[in-house]
Amino acid sequence: MKIKSLKEQRFQIILTVLMVVLMLLVVYPVWFSIINSLENAQEISRSGYSLFFPHQLSFDSWKAVLNNPDIVNAFLITLSRTIIVTILQTLFTAMFAYGFSRNNLVGKRFYTTLGFISMYLNGGVIAYFILFNAFHIYNTYWVYIIPCLFGGFYNVIIFNANFKAIPDSLYESAKIDGASEYKIFFSIVIPLSKPVISALGIFTAVGTWNDYTQTLYYTKSSNLQTLSYYTLSITKSSESAAKLGENMNTAATSILTTMAKSASNYKTIELSCMVLSAIPLIVLYPFAQKFFEKGVMVGSVKG
Amino acid sequence: MKSKKKNYKLGYDLGTQLRLHSMMLPGTISLLLFSIVPLFGLLLAFKYYKVTDGIIGVFTSRWYGFQNFKVIFGNLDFSRMLVNTLGLNLIGNIINIFCAIFFALLINEISNVRFKGVVQTVTYMPHFISWVVFGGIVMIILSSDGVINQILLKLNLISDPIIFIAKPAFFWAIAIIANLLKELGWSTILYTAAIAGVDQELYEAANLDGASRLQKMLHITIPCIKSTIMIMIIFAVAGILNNNFDQIYVLQNSFNLERSEVIDTYIYKVGLQQLQFGMAAAVNIFKSALAIALLFIANKVSNKLTDSGLF
Repeated sequence: MKIKSLKEQRFQIILTVLMVVLMLLVVYPVWFSIINSLENAQEISRSGYSLFFPHQLSFDSWKAVLNNPDIVNAFLITLSRTIIVTILQTLFTAMFAYGFSRNNLVGKRFYTTLGFISMYLNGGVIAYFILFNAFHIYNTYWVYIIPCLFGGFYNVIIFNANFKAIPDSLYESAKIDGASEYKIFFSIVIPLSKPVISALGIFTAVGTWNDYTQTLYYTKSSNLQTLSYYTLSITKSSESAAKLGENMNTAATSILTTMAKSASNYKTIELSCMVLSAIPLIVLYPFAQKFFEKGVMVGSVKG
Repeated sequence: MKSKKKNYKLGYDLGTQLRLHSMMLPGTISLLLFSIVPLFGLLLAFKYYKVTDGIIGVFTSRWYGFQNFKVIFGNLDFSRMLVNTLGLNLIGNIINIFCAIFFALLINEISNVRFKGVVQTVTYMPHFISWVVFGGIVMIILSSDGVINQILLKLNLISDPIIFIAKPAFFWAIAIIANLLKELGWSTILYTAAIAGVDQELYEAANLDGASRLQKMLHITIPCIKSTIMIMIIFAVAGILNNNFDQIYVLQNSFNLERSEVIDTYIYKVGLQQLQFGMAAAVNIFKSALAIALLFIANKVSNKLTDSGLF
């Protein structure tokens, strides 16, 4: 017995060491970018990137980034878009799923067909390009909002599984008391479904915040750039890319002029932009984390 | 029974139905406009369409037969990007699924519950960071003055820094390893859930028989989570032509194009940059048709082999 527990102990120690190494590997890239965005730019040019702590703490690149009107604009566009889309998309998707989950819904087959077609077939970027042009939302702020008001049928399936788990007797008694479907949805179903609503809401928010393809595909004005897109264009035109002979684009040129005035350089600017676009997620992550698992689990087990 | 019948009647009145359907209206309009209507765009693959034709032009423009397909399949780049798409997905998925199962098994063996939670929380984190940021960091770490080159230079393994991201030969490895680091934790989530659902009595019985840790993993855990594994494999097979555009586009540059051009980036380039809508639509149809066929084949094979499948 004793030998076994000794063996077990040894195994646990090895396992712990392995897991710690893996966690460091995962966290290190984030740490690396934070410390280097706070590093003095000359120090980086002289002795390369810092590996563990900044040699000379400097907020120059952060000042340059936060004072750049383009970046502030991109930040505001990303933030407003994320808030609007998250709230409306979660609400509309949950409402659709509530209707879909009711047994007394007439014409359910129509919605099922619609949903499954939307899950397995898509028209592709070209079709959207033509459609958005026809709707005159191409290259406007609306292209970030209008096509994103519904979260897709996959989310409906997840909501549906949750709503079905609410006891029928609750619906029945509310119905007999004369409550309308809206009243039932807002005062019974939503309060009882907070975990799944939070989980899917967080997924939507993260997806919207991180998205850059909507900007890449369907906009061309520089004042519609999102933070992700802005950061991407800096990355694409940063030193390595410049060395490779790729053309600098407008976003990068504007930030390079800002840079010339401050004591920062492209390396620290690039890193500050990256950290800026990742920071809301890093800060909120510990609080939101407990919902993720629940959200995915519900979909996989019941859906 | 009686009361149920009465309630069904209760829910079938016009007012209730109107309210239910009105709640579904925003979603329905959205589905019709942004999922069903765009399907007409698939017609473009068989049309001679110019950008100036507008939305009506999708229907009124001249039929072009399979000309768009002929041009694409005749293009030398096509086979190259097909190889890249399949290669990146095949190798990436095999490594990913294998590592995720292995990692989930290891997490399951951690006896300290708090530490287990910490490991899961920390390894899920990169999944939520955008590819713009994660890919950007990867490129910095691999750049000429990045960490990897610093280490290699110090060890005297190389005399000049290598710009990894500009060398086509390294692209697959970079993309696959970066993806593994980012998604490893998150992809264990379903396996961990499946493992948690395994009947504990099986392990107790195995303990009495003196089974080793490895034997328990191989003969209890893996067979018990077989259906989850099969579902993940079916999804991987069905998505084999679907690259992660977000990732590939970030890591792509004109120097590694030879190994980094995949179907999705090709559609973007041909369609939205060169505005050859017919060709882009043709590639899209090719991709979707193959994906649906693969989904059914993979599901059928899985049903035959393991009695578990998607449908």
